[in-house]
Amino acid sequence: MSTGTSIAVSETDTLQGSALTPSQRSEPTLRIRPTKGWAALNLRELWSYRDLLWILVERNIKVIYKQTAIGMAWVALQPLIAAAVLAIVAGRVAKLPSDGTPHLLFVFCGLMIWNYFSQTAQRSSTSLVNNAQLVSKVYFPRMLIPLSHTFSTLVDFAVMLVMLFVFMTIYHVAPTLRLLAIPGFLFLTAITATGVALWFSALGVKYRDTNYALPLLLQIWFWASAIIYPTSMIESPRWQTLFALNPVVGFVEGFRWCVVGRSALTPTMLWITIGMSVFALLSGAFFFRRVERNFADII
Amino acid sequence: MSDVALSIQNLSKSFRIAHQRAGRPGYQTLHDELTTLPRRLINRLRGNGKSTSEIFWALKNISFDVKTGEVLGIIGSNGAGKSTLLKILNRITEPTTGGVDIYGRVGALLEVGTGFHPELTGRENIFLNGAILGMTRAEIKRKFDEIVAFAEVERFLDTPVKRYSSGMYVRLAFAVAAHLDPEILLIDEVLAVGDAEFQKKCLDKMEDVAANEGRTVIFVSHNMDAVRHLCSRCVLLRQGEIARSGNTSEVVAAYLGGEQEPQHDPVVHFPPKDGDAVIRFAGLYGPEGQPTTSFSSSEPVVLKCFFNVKRRIPGLRLSFDVFSFKGDLVFYSTISTAEPAISIEAPGEYKIAALIPPRLLLPGSYSTTLALHTPKTKLYDRRRQALTFGIVGTMADKFDGFSGDDLGQVYANVKWQRVEEADIESAVGHSVSILASS
Repeated sequence: MSTGTSIAVSETDTLQGSALTPSQRSEPTLRIRPTKGWAALNLRELWSYRDLLWILVERNIKVIYKQTAIGMAWVALQPLIAAAVLAIVAGRVAKLPSDGTPHLLFVFCGLMIWNYFSQTAQRSSTSLVNNAQLVSKVYFPRMLIPLSHTFSTLVDFAVMLVMLFVFMTIYHVAPTLRLLAIPGFLFLTAITATGVALWFSALGVKYRDTNYALPLLLQIWFWASAIIYPTSMIESPRWQTLFALNPVVGFVEGFRWCVVGRSALTPTMLWITIGMSVFALLSGAFFFRRVERNFADII
Repeated sequence: MSDVALSIQNLSKSFRIAHQRAGRPGYQTLHDELTTLPRRLINRLRGNGKSTSEIFWALKNISFDVKTGEVLGIIGSNGAGKSTLLKILNRITEPTTGGVDIYGRVGALLEVGTGFHPELTGRENIFLNGAILGMTRAEIKRKFDEIVAFAEVERFLDTPVKRYSSGMYVRLAFAVAAHLDPEILLIDEVLAVGDAEFQKKCLDKMEDVAANEGRTVIFVSHNMDAVRHLCSRCVLLRQGEIARSGNTSEVVAAYLGGEQEPQHDPVVHFPPKDGDAVIRFAGLYGPEGQPTTSFSSSEPVVLKCFFNVKRRIPGLRLSFDVFSFKGDLVFYSTISTAEPAISIEAPGEYKIAALIPPRLLLPGSYSTTLALHTPKTKLYDRRRQALTFGIVGTMADKFDGFSGDDLGQVYANVKWQRVEEADIESAVGHSVSILASS
């Protein structure tokens, strides 16, 4: 795919006079040309398609639990049962520490972030292939398809957020101003998940291996992400810093800090997390743009 | 202001066809890519990277302009590059070399119902599909009622489209697309769907769009009637290159006349094959019994067919179709209409002749397909386009039509006569009495 081409869209490019007859003096609204190498992100075009993004988000939300008996209740039920099982395993069976937080609340906090992250990555990684018909028949910025899942999965997160407040009431955890930092950590989680999703959805167009590789990767990632155990279990600060190279650790610890105020998160870890998140998003986006031009031919 | 809506300059598109090992799936896996990596690297270093794949040019050096308000048809046989060209214009795929300048907003209708989600209702799908085709939410809202009325699905707006009949589905999909407001509209084969009535509605709508709204339309189709009906100019593609362009009727005629390879032998012996009823031989004969493929319109065409029947087949029929060079079925005939009746049910070798009467077919070229079958149940043997023949007009000069290229399907032996004013009433009275008595 080294000889890939792409389409330059410009409203301001100057015309090469030689290619045009005098009757065509006005500027073309669109110039289709092969280009080589890396392509710009073209955020302006992405913005002009925002209506389509919202409609795709709407579609994702409407479709996901259609023709199920209890519908949206699954959104609440899935993490609740998973959290209960994991809390029992962590607290009763493995007797893992939880920084003094009730185990269910501790695990639930981690699971909220993890679920949002893994659901986004998983749903959007298959999204391009699932929408092959669209990709090969209509033009629009392809990034919208994986991106739409970043937004639609927020609905699941919102439902869990309501449940979190219920848990906080049950465990007498008083809400503090720290809760205001939740959107910040959620944003970091979202851009990282989007980055991962862009990598995997783009790779999945050519290599269906991603269908098998990503679930495996996520499984390993889950156990490496301090969800049922605290980062404080790792005693050496140097190793903790290294541990933070996995940005999900930062999100989970940060989120717990917002909710219960106890966390092993250090400023260094936070900076590493932010750096890794931005790296994930940008590398994913540029890779996506690089290979996007061949999607219709190989999907 | 520019009078050119779209300018295509030296456009080429190539695909790399990998030479796959037998039994491999069509797409590559990461494993394949990794295991062949060393070999590919070596090949590339040696400069013979082409040994594992082949470059296929879907489009080669295409250049043409489309004027604002023009309806341009793009025709060609399968694989000629029509769809690739539309995909490039619509930015779905990108050119390998060359380019296109487009002056105006482009909308495309490459396949009806693209992006419909079966679980969503008709109403939801109108918004989804509209947005996918490039409309804003406000635009869709403004046109919503019009779309629903055109599609005739008012009662089912809140039903998931998976429960729609295929006709309703297509109507809704076309309705959304037809209400796009682009300055340049790209259309691919949308008319291949829906019932005849709806097809006509679509054609009317497209004609409306092109003629009254002054939009530029690029129309790709296999439906030559639609192309002739809609397009003022045509481009014929053949194997990725422009074979011909210009006036629609000329280009369409060139396509229909030149792209199909006619069978010129007046007699054909078919290779033997197994079966309960098998056609062995077919031939065309002139009035003196000589084999020929060229007939005068004033003489009959004799079609002979020899076939074997191995076991008794109740209701077995020999039939043939005659097609015009445009591919339209002109007529069908079957042995069961013979008077006196001819039975071919019993086992044996049969030699049958069919006589196509003179002054039935118009001057032109025709082909015929022969079949042995039982009515609506089983096809025993069929020889598609087995024979090709031409009718030469002996009264061609008397027979020039208004447009010069479409004289209908058959020569109608219409009685023409001059009437005096006083005769009209009696003539009308006469035909009424005939109708009344029958």
